[in-house]
Amino acid sequence: MTSLLSVHGLEKRFGAVVAADGLSIDIAAGQMVSLIGANGAGKTTFVNMVTGYLKPDRGAIALDGVDIGRRSPRRVAQLGISRSFQIPQLFVDLTAAENLAVAISGTHARALSFHSPAEGEGRREKAVELLERFGLAHQADRLILELAGGVRKLVDIAMALVRRPKLLLLDEPTSGVSAEEKFATMDRVIHAVAPDAATIVFVEHDMEIVSRYADRVLAFYNGRIIADGEPHNVLRDPDVRRHVTGRAR
Amino acid sequence: MNFILTVILDGLIQASWLFVVALGLTLVFGVLKILNVAHGSFYALGAYVAATVVTTVAAHSLPPVAGFVAMLLSVALIASAIGLLLERSLLKMFYGRDEVVLLLVTYAVFLVLEDVTKLVWGVNPIYATQPYELFGNVEFAGLYYVGYDLALIPISAAVGFSVWFGLNRTVIGKIVLAVIHNEEMSVSMGVKVNRVYAAAFAFGILLAALGGALTAPKISMQPGLSSDVIILSFAIVVIGGLGSVEGAAVGAILVGLARAASVHLLPQAELFMIYLIMAAVLVFRPEGLFKREMARRI
Amino acid sequence: MKHDSLRPIVAIVAVIAAVLFGRVLPTWTLSLATVAASNALVALGIVILARTGNVSFGQGLFFAAGGYSVALIANALGITDAVVQVLIGAACGGLLGLVIGPLIARYSGIFFGMLTLALSMVFYAALVKTTALGGSDGFNVGRPSLFGTTFSDPREADFMLYAISVATTGFAGIAAMIVFRSEFGLVSLAVRENNLRVEYIGISSHRIITVNFAIAAMFAGAAGAFALMAQRHIDPQFSYWTTSGEFVFVAVLAGYQSVAAVFVASLMLELVRSFSNLYLPNTWQLVLGMFLLAVILLLPDGIGSLWGRKRLRNVAPAKAVAVADREVQP
Repeated sequence: MTSLLSVHGLEKRFGAVVAADGLSIDIAAGQMVSLIGANGAGKTTFVNMVTGYLKPDRGAIALDGVDIGRRSPRRVAQLGISRSFQIPQLFVDLTAAENLAVAISGTHARALSFHSPAEGEGRREKAVELLERFGLAHQADRLILELAGGVRKLVDIAMALVRRPKLLLLDEPTSGVSAEEKFATMDRVIHAVAPDAATIVFVEHDMEIVSRYADRVLAFYNGRIIADGEPHNVLRDPDVRRHVTGRAR
Repeated sequence: MNFILTVILDGLIQASWLFVVALGLTLVFGVLKILNVAHGSFYALGAYVAATVVTTVAAHSLPPVAGFVAMLLSVALIASAIGLLLERSLLKMFYGRDEVVLLLVTYAVFLVLEDVTKLVWGVNPIYATQPYELFGNVEFAGLYYVGYDLALIPISAAVGFSVWFGLNRTVIGKIVLAVIHNEEMSVSMGVKVNRVYAAAFAFGILLAALGGALTAPKISMQPGLSSDVIILSFAIVVIGGLGSVEGAAVGAILVGLARAASVHLLPQAELFMIYLIMAAVLVFRPEGLFKREMARRI
Repeated sequence: MKHDSLRPIVAIVAVIAAVLFGRVLPTWTLSLATVAASNALVALGIVILARTGNVSFGQGLFFAAGGYSVALIANALGITDAVVQVLIGAACGGLLGLVIGPLIARYSGIFFGMLTLALSMVFYAALVKTTALGGSDGFNVGRPSLFGTTFSDPREADFMLYAISVATTGFAGIAAMIVFRSEFGLVSLAVRENNLRVEYIGISSHRIITVNFAIAAMFAGAAGAFALMAQRHIDPQFSYWTTSGEFVFVAVLAGYQSVAAVFVASLMLELVRSFSNLYLPNTWQLVLGMFLLAVILLLPDGIGSLWGRKRLRNVAPAKAVAVADREVQP
């Protein structure tokens, strides 16, 4: 099976801190992969490198066989990788619909119109449709400023879906969401992504979410993968317990 | 060889008063994070007040030395008072808002002071050359220099050294440095940041006015003085790095030398060189030669 | 700046009405209005650029470039037609903006501002020392004509200038309103809000800023042509920092919510200047300074906020820069 995302020998240091130490990962299309690890273990650095925000010191990254290691976030987005952020990165003074309209405009960035209305040419409809997948159509004309953190997270993810990405990276999709809302949120996200059939890789700290939703778990520690497999097995791995989940036994 | 010496000396003389003024500007930015557009106006104010004091003293037939001392003292007092007043009454109202707002406020102060100086001292040039003869003429490497000009070098060096010493070797100085580096932290450590602000601003204004007072005997005081000085000291501060004392010194010397060199070699290039250096620094090393601020984007 | 209640048709009518109104205005108001229109045009450009989160403190560069190029071409080739001169000014400004824009667009916040300032001062310094261009004195140009007609009657000449400048600035304002509501306009706002996200959705914030910058430069160049025609004289002062500062002053006074406010603000500036010069010499800067302080204190979003949108847009100029400055970590 050819991999959708193929990472080989990835290295990245920040001074004395080793964020990536020879990472090699292959992710097949259709898999639902979860990245776990303590803070500073290298998960977000990995996401940053895959999306082009950081350039690796060494190593290769390929999407569907195409090398993307040295590309800019803009180019990587055009090639089919989108991401959401741990702290939602939105246009705070614009409405939810406007945020999505901008993302939609991004799909033809070289041909932006100077006269056709911002939400014209079907952009509004598409924006509302995307919001509706998350059950947020009624919030379309509210300013992001006025929306709660959990809602912002969902809009953040909706933004990533605009390009119908092959690979969707979610950075802590349920962080900041209250305990009883977590599953509902994750369900909503899965449901919303379904029509585009994107491969999802999500960073998570909540092991219940991980065990319930992931097909495969990658555990990070000190820039290395210390366990790789089904949630059931990875979460019981002694190294993972020592360095990630912290169970006493 | 003589030529090089001339350029160096001329450059240092220029750099002296530029340094004093730029130092004030960079300190105000470092502590209060304000780019004081009115800084040049206080330079002008200092020059005008100095002129008035000098001429008054001379009118009472007192020796030039008395005029010189009186001028420095009165300028120092008046400038600090105005600086304190301005900071406590006006600037304080705009803290917590962004850098550009305070920039606009100081721009408004600049506009106001432009007319205030015109109203008080008129639009005709004013001179106050008595102190200029204080130190006679000095022969150096075959050329005659006005003693006063040469005296500016050790005077400004002394100012620079005391500021450096004050900041780095005294407790108060360390507190000020703390506020420059990390204000939030300083507040949580119990530093009375408001007092530091007031003192720093007053001191910065004092330096600007002092620079003006020191140069008063050499120039003619007329409208337009402030706008030329602010842009020049701004260039120096950008080159040296916003908020850096060493930067102000290096920047002033660089600009002083550039001016001296072009006056002797290529008068066309004088102003042009300075702003070109400023633009170049902004393009290649936006934080300035002695980094203290963050810069770029993606 | 969305949902501007003024439809373009109404605005066009308003502009035509303003032009025709000049027929009944006394001559001294005509020259005042011409200067106000010209300043408003530059300020409009600053507002357009500010929507991307970048404030230019050096528009004097393009203002002077426009003025000087028109003056040189007019004297060398004998081109006196006002419309042609405006087009030349706009073209020169725009071209220069396209050249400089890409270099400057990489910088954020105060560094952007400082760089624009530095460049305008470099130009100023170069102009002052260029004797071929008259050095710090500059040089004169002849009267402008229009479609072959020369105007010997000063009243007619003033009205012609008034008409051209008000019409040009008015239509530029209408174009600005349309662009603000357009796709490009929204994306420009997004760049100010979060240029990291903009990159991640496939848009080059660098390109967006450059285009807005070129538009502002073009407006400033055209305004330079107007100023030249009005004064029949050009000098390096066009590029001095205080000239650039005045343009920013108008933009800040207007706020970034309403195009109409830019004209009102510019007109106010000229009125204050004229009246205080008339009654109390050497006080117009004093009055303006106080006025600016009052506006910053009481109307932080500019005078446009007086008749602002129902939906509150937090686009105070200071915040614009601060948001662009924010170092966002994903």
